[in-house]
Amino acid sequence: MSVPRRGSDTDAPPPVEVRGLVKRYGELTAVDGVDLTVRAGDVYGYLGPNGAGKTTSLRMMLGLIRPTSGSVRLFGRDPQQSVKALDDVAGFVEAPTFYPYLTARRNLELLAAYDGDEARSRVDHALATVELTGRARDRVGGYSHGMKQRLGIAAALLREPKLMILDEPATGLDPAGMRDMRQLIRGLAEQGITVVLSSHLLAEVEELCNRVAIVREGRIVYEGMISELKRGAGTTYRLATTDDERALAVCRAQRGINDLRVQHQRICFTASGEAAVAELSQALVEAGALIHTLAPETVTLEDLFFSLTEGRDGDRMASEDPDSVEVAR
Amino acid sequence: MKRPGVLSVYRWELIKLRYQKRTYLGLGASLIVPIIFVVAIHFRHDRRGGDFAFASYLTRSGLAVPLVIMLFGAVWMFPLITALVAGDIFASEDHNGTLKTILTRSLERGQIFAGKALAAATYAVAAILLGGTVAVIAGSIQSGFNSLQTLSGTVVSAPKGLELVYVGLLVYLIPIGTVVCIGLLLSTITRNSAAAVVGTLMVSLLFQLIGILPGLTGLQPYLLSTQFNAWQGLLRTPIDWSPIIRAAWVCAMYGVPAMAAAFLVFLRRDVAGG
Repeated sequence: MSVPRRGSDTDAPPPVEVRGLVKRYGELTAVDGVDLTVRAGDVYGYLGPNGAGKTTSLRMMLGLIRPTSGSVRLFGRDPQQSVKALDDVAGFVEAPTFYPYLTARRNLELLAAYDGDEARSRVDHALATVELTGRARDRVGGYSHGMKQRLGIAAALLREPKLMILDEPATGLDPAGMRDMRQLIRGLAEQGITVVLSSHLLAEVEELCNRVAIVREGRIVYEGMISELKRGAGTTYRLATTDDERALAVCRAQRGINDLRVQHQRICFTASGEAAVAELSQALVEAGALIHTLAPETVTLEDLFFSLTEGRDGDRMASEDPDSVEVAR
Repeated sequence: MKRPGVLSVYRWELIKLRYQKRTYLGLGASLIVPIIFVVAIHFRHDRRGGDFAFASYLTRSGLAVPLVIMLFGAVWMFPLITALVAGDIFASEDHNGTLKTILTRSLERGQIFAGKALAAATYAVAAILLGGTVAVIAGSIQSGFNSLQTLSGTVVSAPKGLELVYVGLLVYLIPIGTVVCIGLLLSTITRNSAAAVVGTLMVSLLFQLIGILPGLTGLQPYLLSTQFNAWQGLLRTPIDWSPIIRAAWVCAMYGVPAMAAAFLVFLRRDVAGG
């Protein structure tokens, strides 16, 4: 799959700048003071559990919903003021939708006409990009969910966007469809298109995105680089020895070893640094607890997501896992 | 980039109408009803006509057929045919979830509204003119393309009669335009095609009900249903323009606020579904 190449202008206003965004429906606050900035070239993950206000935020970004307060700027322009703010923007919220009684080609021709005359010349290429050329003359009413998702991408590509906003693009796709969607998004990013990606597939987000916002009950609980989020969370180590009781006692006494607990019959801890782990391994050997396993367990975005949206990760795991026991010093 | 405009929306709305069953249902009714009516006249044993305006002319001139169709079509047929598209044109976007698709392209909401309203009006004009033309042709085949007697008792030639029929159809479009406005309003507010179509028809019938209620006869000149008879002023000698002028402002009184409200609702609404 190939996509049109677009450049990014680093001096220009950011593709997305949201400040103090609030949306209330009566007593319910769906979006509560969201601030985020998507920079040119970002593949930006927008994460949160169902009902956290992601789609409402995306709809406000696209001018479909009026904010109660706050502002959205797309490349410095307000989508509430004029649809011109969407000139370099494309995408879809929730499932992409089309006229079921028109063919895929007719649907794209209609949308191209609504984009300006030049877009019509891109219909064939857009259909080819999402591999729907062979089904272009079929009515969309007969399309599968996955085909509609692909057609949604094609409809977005017609606009030659600098910013793509994709809400759950892989939802309902089979594994091959998800792989194709990942490749497509990666291709968009490689061509310099900024992507805002809302997804429940955290592994996918971790693989594709460089920055994320994690939203909980309408509020952003983290915004920034995924790498920084993981770095801040530290690394959990798992330890198995010939004498775990003695090993526990050594760990308790060792400086730089924190959050000590036993989980799944393995000793788990976090360390202040690699030097502390090296010192611990030496101490264990000296104490006669020979090491079977001492390995870092890299925290995943999924762990951090649950930690940020459901409370502390350790608490959650301890409460869910009867084998997890915190060890007092 | 050349920005799209109202004409782009209008053109594509007409294309979309070509692919929808309800379009053919409405236009089909406009086409078939005059034919059924003429066939019924042909097989009637008592060919003197009924007890209503132009009934006695039906067998003498085919030009009386469109006039009778206009008379009876005002009760529910033409309002329903009009409502089929006007009541659906925004609600179907909600039903298909496509409003978010078209509102995130390069068109302002006002342009989309204008294009859709024009398309609904075009369909209504097409339905009325189609019904009238089929009635003229079928009537002429049945009763001949003959001179027409006016409501004042004078006789006009067949070509003059044909001209009066078509001007009458244009006058008939004034209240039809108001039905379009009411349909658009209900389509925008209810976001439900069936509710908007039935609601538009109900509004039309409600006006007729008010017209026959005892004690409310004073309201009759200001009811929408009365304006469907304004064209009869053309069939008087000399032409009586007063019901036509009244139809223009009475219909504007109902239609303009309905259209303005529909416009504002569409402009300001949150597109949260689909």
